[in-house]
Amino acid sequence: MSGNGPLVAIRNVVKRFGSIVAVNNVSLDVQQGEFFALLGPSGCGKTTLLRMLAGFETPDSGEILLEGEDLVGVKPWKRPVNMMFQSYALFPHMTVYNNVAYGLREDRLDKQEIDRRVREVLEMVGLLGLARRKPDTLSGGQKQRVALARAIVKQPKVLLLDEPLAALDRKLRVEMRLELKRLQHEVGIAFIFVTHDQEEALTMADRAAVMNAGQVLQVGTPQELYELPTSLFVANFIGESNVFTGSLKVAGDDVTVVGAERAWRVSAEASRRVGLKDGDAVAIVIRPEHLQIIPAASGQETNGLSNTATGMLIETAYLGSMRHYIVELDDGTRVMAQTQAGHIFDSLTEGTRVSVGWELERGVLVPADDEALIEGAGLSGAL
Amino acid sequence: MKKFTQQLVLLGPGLAWLVVFLVIPLVLILSYSFFRRGPYGGVVYEFTLKNYKQLFSPLVLRVFLTSLRIAVITTGLALLIGYPTAYAIATAAPQWRTTLLGLVALPFWTSYLIRTYAWIVLLNREGVINHFLMRLGIIHEPLGLLYNEFAIIIGLLYGYLPFMILPLYSSIERLNPELREAAADLGAPPLKTFFTVTLPLTLQGVIAGSIFVFVPSLGNFVVPELLGGGRRLMIGNLIQNRFLKARDWPSGAAMAFGVMSIVLILLLLQAWATNRLQEGGANAE
Amino acid sequence: MRSKFLKRVRALDVHLVLVYLFLYGPIVMLIVLSFNELGLPTAWGGFSLKWYGELARNTALLNAGINSLIVAGGSTLVSAVIGTLLAIGLERAVRSTLLDAFVFVPMIIPDIVLAIALLSFYSLLKMRLGLYSIMLSHIVFNIAFVAAIVRTRLSYFDPSLEEASMDLGATQIKTFLKITLPLILPGIMAGALLAFTISFDEFVIAFFTAGPGQPTLPIQIYSMVRFGVTPDVNALSTIILFISITSILVAQRLSGMRGVL
Repeated sequence: MSGNGPLVAIRNVVKRFGSIVAVNNVSLDVQQGEFFALLGPSGCGKTTLLRMLAGFETPDSGEILLEGEDLVGVKPWKRPVNMMFQSYALFPHMTVYNNVAYGLREDRLDKQEIDRRVREVLEMVGLLGLARRKPDTLSGGQKQRVALARAIVKQPKVLLLDEPLAALDRKLRVEMRLELKRLQHEVGIAFIFVTHDQEEALTMADRAAVMNAGQVLQVGTPQELYELPTSLFVANFIGESNVFTGSLKVAGDDVTVVGAERAWRVSAEASRRVGLKDGDAVAIVIRPEHLQIIPAASGQETNGLSNTATGMLIETAYLGSMRHYIVELDDGTRVMAQTQAGHIFDSLTEGTRVSVGWELERGVLVPADDEALIEGAGLSGAL
Repeated sequence: MKKFTQQLVLLGPGLAWLVVFLVIPLVLILSYSFFRRGPYGGVVYEFTLKNYKQLFSPLVLRVFLTSLRIAVITTGLALLIGYPTAYAIATAAPQWRTTLLGLVALPFWTSYLIRTYAWIVLLNREGVINHFLMRLGIIHEPLGLLYNEFAIIIGLLYGYLPFMILPLYSSIERLNPELREAAADLGAPPLKTFFTVTLPLTLQGVIAGSIFVFVPSLGNFVVPELLGGGRRLMIGNLIQNRFLKARDWPSGAAMAFGVMSIVLILLLLQAWATNRLQEGGANAE
Repeated sequence: MRSKFLKRVRALDVHLVLVYLFLYGPIVMLIVLSFNELGLPTAWGGFSLKWYGELARNTALLNAGINSLIVAGGSTLVSAVIGTLLAIGLERAVRSTLLDAFVFVPMIIPDIVLAIALLSFYSLLKMRLGLYSIMLSHIVFNIAFVAAIVRTRLSYFDPSLEEASMDLGATQIKTFLKITLPLILPGIMAGALLAFTISFDEFVIAFFTAGPGQPTLPIQIYSMVRFGVTPDVNALSTIILFISITSILVAQRLSGMRGVL
């Protein structure tokens, strides 16, 4: 039955709560053994989608296929899918051991088999010594491991994780990212996890789906999402970006974006990638690390750069391994550049006149629909 | 010193009141229960265990057992009816919960005697229920619904059901709904989830609600008097009788301490169970 | 799946509706009967206010009502003050589970036991029984109820508010009057309302500690209903219901005290 089709296939799934469309016609494939992220701001529908996979919500329409078989209508306790809950949902009246054994007992395995598998999985997460403890006596990180052990011990076809790291403090969260990745590798089960933290999604996931307002905007590897966003929303949501808007002007291979003050050049390839045509409202996205900054007084060439503008450095921020610069261009727009610490411009002071510019192929072109612009304004407000 | 003055002002009046009007009177009847009854009522200060021995006489023992049986059945029914009610309210849409809960508590603010009286109107031979059943031709002779154990249990249940629902509600509502989902996710069908997760984790509410129903049911004398017609005597009626009619205070006092000891045992059991449940949560290796 | 889920909810909801029917059916029945000209539970003789008129002429019942107001009012006033102090003391000054348990006793002790204990106590002191003896008795459990409700309120209260006030130069007493008291006032009101209702409705202890010829309302009702159905009690119950439900709703509106119901 499974063949070489996707492990999980979500087809045109719609879910409404009253008048709110939580999930709006979503289709997705997740492959065998994949670490897949559902990424988006709160309220984007990612958790609803996850809960439909677990069986706690039923789609109003559409299909959810697991190895080609429709899961819609299969009760949560009959699905070969397990979930790690955001609150971990460890049963407080049971020991760690009994928590982990709970699902196996439901499977009516014999005692020795249960014991063997519980010990094996506790060993794997490094908690064998705490088997007799009650969840309330564990630290956050330990609870998280128990929740994980409890969900993977049943060897589900897919493991669902709802904001798996949200309850941990920052340092632990970063450690657990690697730990989760290692475990996923070890057990070979496909993981689908929900997160609002783009950094988490980029570091852990093999592929991620970026969602907003109930829809999937883009699916891809972290690198694709970061380097080649197909919408302004994705560009703004993942990483930081500088955005210049205007209308597209195509004259053969000579492509420009005509803005209010001036026009910017873009590569012909960039315009072809997202299928934009002459006259479309577009935005150029340039990542801060691709925006080069050159002090006017240094006399350095800006020749290698396809688009340049002059302005004044108004703020620098030291972030340890790197440094951020905020430049106010002469037309009043503010842009952000980023360099590795130890760069030769480290000593630049605020108030210095600078030129900024980027290489032609660094400018990524996306459609500039108004809605995304408004969303984007909120997100790049971090600048 | 300053601290002591503050404590005295805050706690003094309340604790003094409780000592004078609760502790001393209780100690007083405790001592009465070891004395003899005077020839014309009153108390003769002469030590005896007769009043306690008399608790085990067939008559008193039977009344105690009847009261216990009625209180146990009432509590059991209240739990069976109250748990699904509390569950339904706790899992209703959040904006409805306060109202639904308020509706459970509201009858409590009306006269308890009148609520009991309503059942006389409903259950008596010429009452509403008999009338309708005869009208519908289901029965031809009125049923003796009133003045029996059934009527007492209905009356107690009616009076104390809210006491069961309220603590149950708060323990169910506190329960993280993800726990039930986790059980389902791990393969437990709804009934199994209920017995392995929901019920054990709301046991404190079950115990508290049961005590709130059991204790006032056990010592009740209004409901058996009005709905039991005095024929089915409960221990409350017997105590009242000894105190106000037979004027045998020492024996009434001993019975009261019989009731008190049952209540005390229950409260100790509750404390022990609560402790165990909480320890369960915080038992370090 | 969806329909099954709905079915389960519906079974619970049906149960809920049946419970409300059980709780309110008898009450609604009394209200309807109070307007029945015939005064019979089984035959409708037309709408009438006759039994309300009857009630207005029943001086014994009216006097009993006034007695109950006096008892409930007096015991509420005293227990609101003492209970509030006790609550603050238990929450802030002394933390002791033993004291907590002690204050809890009047709420859980069977009323008949407290009733005979107080009767014995009063007669040992050769006290003449009357409204005030009922009042003194009711204060015992009312203190406990007021203290319990005010404590709940206090436990939600951020103690740093008091510290801020003292930091800004207010004395302890001034802090209490200007910060603590206004913030726990809804709790005190709720506690007082509860105390008043319980006291007004309390039968067993009042029955044992009342003086001759001075019955409270529950005692009067008891003597009316113990021998069967009396139609003017229907009218009385309608009035009591109306008063208590309006006062609850008004109290809730006024102070947003949600813990009461």
